[in-house]
Amino acid sequence: MKHQFDVQVGPIGFRVGSAWASPIAALTSLYAGYPPVAGVADYTVRLEPQTWWRRFARPSVAIRGDYMLPDALPLPLAQGLLAAEMGMNLQLALGERRFLLLHAASVEKDGQALILTGESGSGKSTLSALLCANGWRFMGDEFVLIDPETGAMHPFPRPVSLKNASISLMEAALLDDDRFGPRLAGTPKGDIRHLRPDAAALAAMNRTATPRLILFPRFGFEAAVRHLPPGEAFVRLTQASTNYTAMGERGFEALSRLVTTVPAKAIDYPNTAAALDLVASL
Amino acid sequence: MRLLAGALADPASVLGLSDAAWTELLCTAHAERLAATLAMRVEGLDVPPRVQAVLRNAKLNAEAGRVRALWEVEMCRRALAPLDVPVVLLKGSAFVAAGLAAGQGRLVGDLDILVPRDRLDEVEAAIVEAGWEWLKSDDYDDHYYRTWMHELPPMIHRDRDAMIDIHHTILPLTARSRPDAAALIADSVALENGLRMLAAEDMVIHAAAHLFADGDLSGGMRNLWDVRCLIDEFPLKGLRDRASFHNLTREVDRALRLVKVVFDGAQPTNLSHRLYINRVLARDGWGRETRKGLRFWFYVRSHLIRMPLPMLLRHLFVKWRKGRAGG
Repeated sequence: MKHQFDVQVGPIGFRVGSAWASPIAALTSLYAGYPPVAGVADYTVRLEPQTWWRRFARPSVAIRGDYMLPDALPLPLAQGLLAAEMGMNLQLALGERRFLLLHAASVEKDGQALILTGESGSGKSTLSALLCANGWRFMGDEFVLIDPETGAMHPFPRPVSLKNASISLMEAALLDDDRFGPRLAGTPKGDIRHLRPDAAALAAMNRTATPRLILFPRFGFEAAVRHLPPGEAFVRLTQASTNYTAMGERGFEALSRLVTTVPAKAIDYPNTAAALDLVASL
Repeated sequence: MRLLAGALADPASVLGLSDAAWTELLCTAHAERLAATLAMRVEGLDVPPRVQAVLRNAKLNAEAGRVRALWEVEMCRRALAPLDVPVVLLKGSAFVAAGLAAGQGRLVGDLDILVPRDRLDEVEAAIVEAGWEWLKSDDYDDHYYRTWMHELPPMIHRDRDAMIDIHHTILPLTARSRPDAAALIADSVALENGLRMLAAEDMVIHAAAHLFADGDLSGGMRNLWDVRCLIDEFPLKGLRDRASFHNLTREVDRALRLVKVVFDGAQPTNLSHRLYINRVLARDGWGRETRKGLRFWFYVRSHLIRMPLPMLLRHLFVKWRKGRAGG
């Protein structure tokens, strides 16, 4: 395609082609410091005009690639970066079979990883970003990749997608703002600003970790911790996985092993300071 | 696309490909639903580790799909067992259930079965009883399928989200050729589980009929690959006679010729072959569909060959009116 970009994120290589220059320029800037694809890309994403004349007139970006959603709405060209990010997520969510995917954030310390999962708005992205500002290594905030053969977690440190109120929170917490992408206003998910993980997270993108604790955070409640039995964790995690069903027996084995070997807790927190205290106490 | 055809036919041809060429090959293979087939073909060859990783993903996907397809076959077998009716598996489900070469890495979509037309009502009732539901509830579509098509309206299982197409023959009733459905069933071959598959000749004929007398050639590469695998695996001595018996000689000849051109370096012998080849190969290294004009012509053609023109115009008019009514 006319404009292209490729990037290696942990074990996954992406190739992004675009009919326009601007999404590629935005990607190049946001992914500064990431290695290029080592050899051959796993997935191809294409940013194309919905119809040929939409390249010029009110340009709108259709998200296509190896895997596509038939009814995905195109985005305005100003949100081309978001289109690329959504395209990359989509490829993994629909196409990946080597790793069990959990829609979750994860951080690591001393080879032990913490998995934070929950519905959108539970605060897992913000929490993981804050933990990383406090000495944890960032492994990813979109997908946790679990190797069914070994049970190990592979880092997938894509930029954090901060939404709405958490943007200003993180802008205040992090003063070195060269890691922030452009602020994308009025997207289908509200305002979005991407935050590139720190250099240490990128340098360690090939270092796996052992899952040690699974947390289901919930924002806006009195501080509380509840132990989750494996069965409940299992059911909750099947809902958080994009490829559990498609993986068949290997998915079942991988998830069973995870919930029977790693404890799970539901934590409620009224504010981020309380959450950090809670995590430190566990 | 030529790279893909070459790699499938002669796996050793991938040795020494550059990373850029591999990237394009894997992307087109994926778009043609042939990535796992490619993976099976190049197994054991010394390909770069990153390529291995991508091919492994495709293979794992096909393997999980194979298990699901076999389960659907078994569910269907259980649903229809009390009826004591011959049930013939078609296309991917048959290749996979019978362990044919054409099933190696084959992604199986819907479950396609063929049953005698005079038993359709019983079969449909048993399938509904077992939890499959109609996808389209619209009266016209229902009428369209039941009066003119070679299959019942597609059904989906309410728990497993899996589709089943129940055929009573292999081409629309409105198409020019009328294959002998009773003979297809009478000469079918029993599998271990009691279900059946078409005789080898009829499998080739079905693939050819599907390619050239029914669809718009999307997925043409995969269909031609099916044909090539079947030709390699079975002696097919009676293929020409059988094709003529079903009134599908032209389609079968064309399929055999195109297989030779696409996979084995033969030259197209006439302009129409060249058009078919160009249509089958109409995809670039980014997985994009190319040759829009030619694609559109084949799309129009797929409708023209499905039914006589007056009937087609009436069909399009009804569809257009429904579209305007917001249906």
